[in-house]
Amino acid sequence: MDDSILLAHGSGGKLSHELVEKKFLPFLANPALNKLDDSAIFEASGQLAFTTDSYVVNPIFFPGGDIGKLAVCGTVNDLAMNGAKPLYLSLAAIIEEGFRLSELERIVQSIKKAAEEAEVSIIAGDTKVVNRGQADKLFLTTSGVGIISPGVDISGANAKAGDQILLSGTIGDHGIAIMSQREGLRFSMTLESDCAPLNKLVSQMLEVSSRIHCMRDPTRGGLATTLNELARQSKVGIVVEEAKIPVKEEVKAACELLGLDPIYVANEGKLVAIVDPADADKVLARMRKNSYGRDATIIGEVTNEHTGKVIMKTKLGPSRIVDMLSGELLPRIC
Amino acid sequence: MCLAIPVRIVSINGDEAETEIAGVRRRVSIAFTPEAKLGDYVLLHTGYAIGVIDEAEAEETLKLLEEIASLSEVH
Amino acid sequence: MKFIDEYQDNKLARGLARKIAQRSTRTIRLMEFCGGHTHAILRYGIRQLVPKTVEMRSGPGCPVCVTATADLDKAIALTHLPNVIITTFGDMIRVPGSYSSLQQAKAEGADIRIVYSTIDAVEIAKSNRGKSVIFIGIGFETTAPTIAASILKAQREKIENFYVLSLNKLTPPVMKALLDSGEVKLDGIVGPGHVSVIIGSHPYEFIPKDYGVACVISGFEPLDILLCIDKLVEQIEKGEPKVEIAYRRGVKPEGNRKARQLMEKVFEIGEANWRGIGIVPHSGLRMRGKYEQFDADKAFSVSLKPPREPKGCRCGDVIRGTATPLECKLFRKVCTPERPVGPCMVSSEGACAAYYQYGTPESLPGF
Repeated sequence: MDDSILLAHGSGGKLSHELVEKKFLPFLANPALNKLDDSAIFEASGQLAFTTDSYVVNPIFFPGGDIGKLAVCGTVNDLAMNGAKPLYLSLAAIIEEGFRLSELERIVQSIKKAAEEAEVSIIAGDTKVVNRGQADKLFLTTSGVGIISPGVDISGANAKAGDQILLSGTIGDHGIAIMSQREGLRFSMTLESDCAPLNKLVSQMLEVSSRIHCMRDPTRGGLATTLNELARQSKVGIVVEEAKIPVKEEVKAACELLGLDPIYVANEGKLVAIVDPADADKVLARMRKNSYGRDATIIGEVTNEHTGKVIMKTKLGPSRIVDMLSGELLPRIC
Repeated sequence: MCLAIPVRIVSINGDEAETEIAGVRRRVSIAFTPEAKLGDYVLLHTGYAIGVIDEAEAEETLKLLEEIASLSEVH
Repeated sequence: MKFIDEYQDNKLARGLARKIAQRSTRTIRLMEFCGGHTHAILRYGIRQLVPKTVEMRSGPGCPVCVTATADLDKAIALTHLPNVIITTFGDMIRVPGSYSSLQQAKAEGADIRIVYSTIDAVEIAKSNRGKSVIFIGIGFETTAPTIAASILKAQREKIENFYVLSLNKLTPPVMKALLDSGEVKLDGIVGPGHVSVIIGSHPYEFIPKDYGVACVISGFEPLDILLCIDKLVEQIEKGEPKVEIAYRRGVKPEGNRKARQLMEKVFEIGEANWRGIGIVPHSGLRMRGKYEQFDADKAFSVSLKPPREPKGCRCGDVIRGTATPLECKLFRKVCTPERPVGPCMVSSEGACAAYYQYGTPESLPGF
């Protein structure tokens, strides 16, 4: 095979088949996918969760991961946030003509590794190739289906006054790791993205408590946006303490350099859980036993006051409002 | 006005310096602070060091703040 | 982080707050010139820490907010020229001009790039010799030396496709204009810390001398601002206004001579058009004739439609300190960060954006 993607790789003919058979199948192999039928057939009964997401991250390779890992983890996590056990994923790739095959292989390997860790199979896929300049190297779309155990009812609308707000770890890692790769920023650090599949962590949490009311992963828009979404959906108020929100020193420093607030920076391996006060400590202890929850902490609680609003008690004592992210996260200079 | 942050100089190469803050490294121009030495902290603004931080004054300010805090507590 | 964390100490902040409360016997009004100070004051809840007798107003120290609409229209018009790359600091992108914005122009296909330093703008010019790279030069005295340095670099390395649209403004002249107008009665000014790293403290001497107003130069961490307010209250209570440096680790009375030399080499002082204020004499920087080959104003001509100010927008009043964002009928109801009417809501240093983002004591429960 040549070393770059050609338009012919997307035309459905010989080269397309070669691409699937040599570059995707060997790594993602499973009985459903291997059949290469027009659709994958599977059985499932009970309440199902279904989600979809597209990934257009730039750069596609970043410290701690790449677009492939992100695509798997993102969709696995979306399912997990509703308490579903992720089962199957689909993977659609839109590839720019000229994309290096060696890089595609790297990404497929990464997808394989992430899928293995999350214990999901990729049972359906599609590849398209577009002319040079019509896609930025590679776009991925993953959809996922998961199964929700009977009795599990986790939703952004379920928070109640008195509930405790748990955060699984440090915030801002992913967004800053990505920014550090952007041209013009000229800073280097050892920080990696926190991109990770959280379904096992979630199932461990569900084992110790049936009173987890909400879960959400604070991706784009950061912790601040997620808390606002939950406050609005549940029609409650939220109060958090700035001093309790864990942020790595490097992330703090990078945010200072860029004039960003860590609570607005994206995360790809963290979750917020809103838990009945009776179970909060139990759930926290269980989270801390998992490597993806070792820095878990309680950052605040839900209240009946100022519904729809998030208030943060600052390090210095006075409170301030925390609004959703508006517009793009543009680094300030001045 | 404007955002400027204290970063520490870890190496100097002519008009440029490699600086560091909490593990994050950044190359900056020291065209405006030729007197800056290795180990100095400088104020970084849009890629340039605009001034060298006076560590003695920083100490003084903190002492003053401590004094004010303890004095006002007595009442 | 050294020189940041120590100045965020909780205990010391409360100590200072107590001191200020003990000192303050009457209502006074302070203006923080700098948008960065407004931002910090709201982010750290400084207004809740100081007694209600200390009223704080924000001033015109937000370079994006004070850029005249006509100048922004010019920058946007430049994006339509062939083979042009516009480079700008991020804050400018979303400000609405009379008919469009840089962000909109970008969405329509213009090549507009956000840079974090003038160094990057020069690099872009170096790697795109076939295009004209224009840098939108906003900022005060903190940024002007860096713009001067970029022009000198372009001259040294013969980067002839680099241009600057010079919109730099100066701090002391606009302070004088505000005090002269008498529109808002001030007792003290929180002086801009990083502008002062460059210009030192002497340029502010006219403030206590000619107007009897106290002036204390402040850093940007919460303890810096509280210390500054404490010193201002002390001066005002004693009736002894003067210029004082509270930000002693950063500001020397003589400022940064080297930086000023570079600024003066490339720029000369002229009048400038300030949004909400109008023309202020001797308050802007324009390129000296020697460097006119880098002057975007000389190199390019664009035709402009007459500028339009957004109806009902009170940015001008907010910039001059004669109104707070809360007094603007559009604030929050019509004008939001997603749909900004004026620049004060767009720029993260703008007072309206800060009031919106952090809330004000009035909007917080239990104040």
